Amino acid sequence: MIQAFRERRSLRIAGLMGPGAFWLIVFFLIPLLIMAVISFMSRDQFGFPAPPLTLQNYGDVVKDIRFNPSISFAGGLNIRLFDGLYLELFWRSIWLALTSTIITLLIAFPVALFMSRLPRRYRNLTLFLVMIPFWTNFLVRTYALQFMLRGNGPINTLLRTLGLAPIDLLFTPMAVMVGLVYGNLPFMILPLYTSLEKFDWTMIEAANDLGANTLQAFRRVMLPLISPGLVAGSILTFVPAVGSYITVELMGGGRTNMIGYTIAQQFSASVNWPFGSALALLMMVIVTIAAVLYFRSGRGEQRAVL
Amino acid sequence: MADYAVEMRDVSKVFGDVVAVDHVSMGIRQKEFFAMLGPSGCGKTTSLRMIAGFERPTSGEIYIDGKAMGNTPPFQRNVNTVFQSYALFPHMTVEQNVGFGLEMKGLSRSEIVRRVGEALELVRLPQMAKRYPRQMSGGQQQRVALARALVNRPDVLLLDEPLGALDAKLRKEMQIELKTLQREVGITFIFVTHDQEEALTMSDRIAVFSKGKVLQIGTPLEIYERPTTRFVADFIGETNFLEGRVQEVNGEFASVIADGGRRFVGRAMDGVRPGVQAVVSVRPEKVQLVEQPDNSPNCYEVRVHSIAYVGSDTRVIVSLGTNHLDVWEQNTVSTLDPNYFFKPGETAWLTFKPENALVLAQ
Repeated sequence: MIQAFRERRSLRIAGLMGPGAFWLIVFFLIPLLIMAVISFMSRDQFGFPAPPLTLQNYGDVVKDIRFNPSISFAGGLNIRLFDGLYLELFWRSIWLALTSTIITLLIAFPVALFMSRLPRRYRNLTLFLVMIPFWTNFLVRTYALQFMLRGNGPINTLLRTLGLAPIDLLFTPMAVMVGLVYGNLPFMILPLYTSLEKFDWTMIEAANDLGANTLQAFRRVMLPLISPGLVAGSILTFVPAVGSYITVELMGGGRTNMIGYTIAQQFSASVNWPFGSALALLMMVIVTIAAVLYFRSGRGEQRAVL
Repeated sequence: MADYAVEMRDVSKVFGDVVAVDHVSMGIRQKEFFAMLGPSGCGKTTSLRMIAGFERPTSGEIYIDGKAMGNTPPFQRNVNTVFQSYALFPHMTVEQNVGFGLEMKGLSRSEIVRRVGEALELVRLPQMAKRYPRQMSGGQQQRVALARALVNRPDVLLLDEPLGALDAKLRKEMQIELKTLQREVGITFIFVTHDQEEALTMSDRIAVFSKGKVLQIGTPLEIYERPTTRFVADFIGETNFLEGRVQEVNGEFASVIADGGRRFVGRAMDGVRPGVQAVVSVRPEKVQLVEQPDNSPNCYEVRVHSIAYVGSDTRVIVSLGTNHLDVWEQNTVSTLDPNYFFKPGETAWLTFKPENALVLAQ
């Protein structure tokens, strides 16, 4: 009988998981495998993937990295050990994504905190307001941002009216950052809000009661308890930022190159699918390692008490 | 050491247009087990939170061990709280929870380990140190909350309805345990409860709150036997009220003419003067039903309305004019004879001694 029960249970689990698993296998896992295979292929005369199998695509990236220690003072102290176009691309993408994640977090946290402290009937309203931008196409919203930052856009018009010199905003790394933060803000606010809404503020009183000041109570009690939202929000923000393409193209105008943009070019303008696949896979491996390390450090923080 | 562990001087707390605590003054003595008792919304929890430092008084001042607290934040007050919900840190083990306060004080690791061990011994949970709160029963979590507070050796321990979430049997056990613990550690306990029996059982003294004010402070005996107001008489234990007007006051006693012209005599409490509206309060166990009238001035013929046998005593409801009175007769005789008891519809004589009744001014 227990056997029968177990079978029924596994059947039910299969029934629940089945559609999702099918979808992911057909539209994610198999394309990923195809891409992995392509990344080891050569190109035919039109640039499309063709046999024989080769390691050259990965070799191109590795060969590009040169040991070239240098120190420069352009825009602060820069110390470099290695040099290379793709290394720099990866590095800049991760750096920009990380910075945008931190800025997004700093903006989102007070908003989520405020929302979670509202009377219950206002909370749903604010949630609704956070989600409203999703009703408009992302591309359209990005064009709207472009308009805001343009030389004759509202910001510069205001500056001119105030008698100040207009500034170049669009097609700068700053513009890419603005675009990334803007686009990812809801993805940070929502998980943070969920964690903060569940947070029991008596915990802070208990910590204060036991001699913890505000900062200690935040670090030792609040932070670990809202870390699920913090981690989820950061990953939902960081991962799309690393591979972002539309924002980089429209806000950076191709001048601020990031890896996602380069990969997209390999599949279009450059017609080099194998090399694009190799870059994409490398990026995936790097991001996965970064995410795992982040999760680990988050758990470590919690374990480090007493 | 100051006379009072905690003193509230003319303390008020206003939230918006609600007066939660209304000019409360009271002193809680050193090493006292002190209960703040009252219905929900009476200001008892707000008073406790002001002592802990979670709320600032709107006016008035709170002194802890003789020192004015002013805006001293909770983390700089040598008091600790056991929360109603326990508020244990879910991401920390029992030993990390209990050690948290000591860690904040910057004690050495070995000292923390030693004192956490002692505290867990005290609440009889030494084998639970590595568990997480969610892996424990309500009663065990309650003990962890106690240990976490007591380990800091506070001047005063504040307990906010700490037994509220426990089932009846466990609550009874914990009442005795808390009382024993308090004697052992010799710390002032201030205990908030809405359960009058709990307050009577555990406390050295009780403050009865109603609508933000303290109505009476006294020992359980004083509160039960000499309530000074109708509210306190009603809130603590059961009682019968007979409303009327004071006829005369004669030394310790006063007579009241109640509805229907009946005259009752009882102890005159504060504010009882001839002519004022008053109420005679007499507890059900202090009233007797007899078959023949006696010489008490409070002896009237009544009709038995209903009767309930509850084992240790028999609870009779009788009607006297328009009033219904509860009479609890202790079953001091072991009998199976149903005729031994009064029956509904029968008449009997109700009597109580003047010294067992109180005349309270309205």
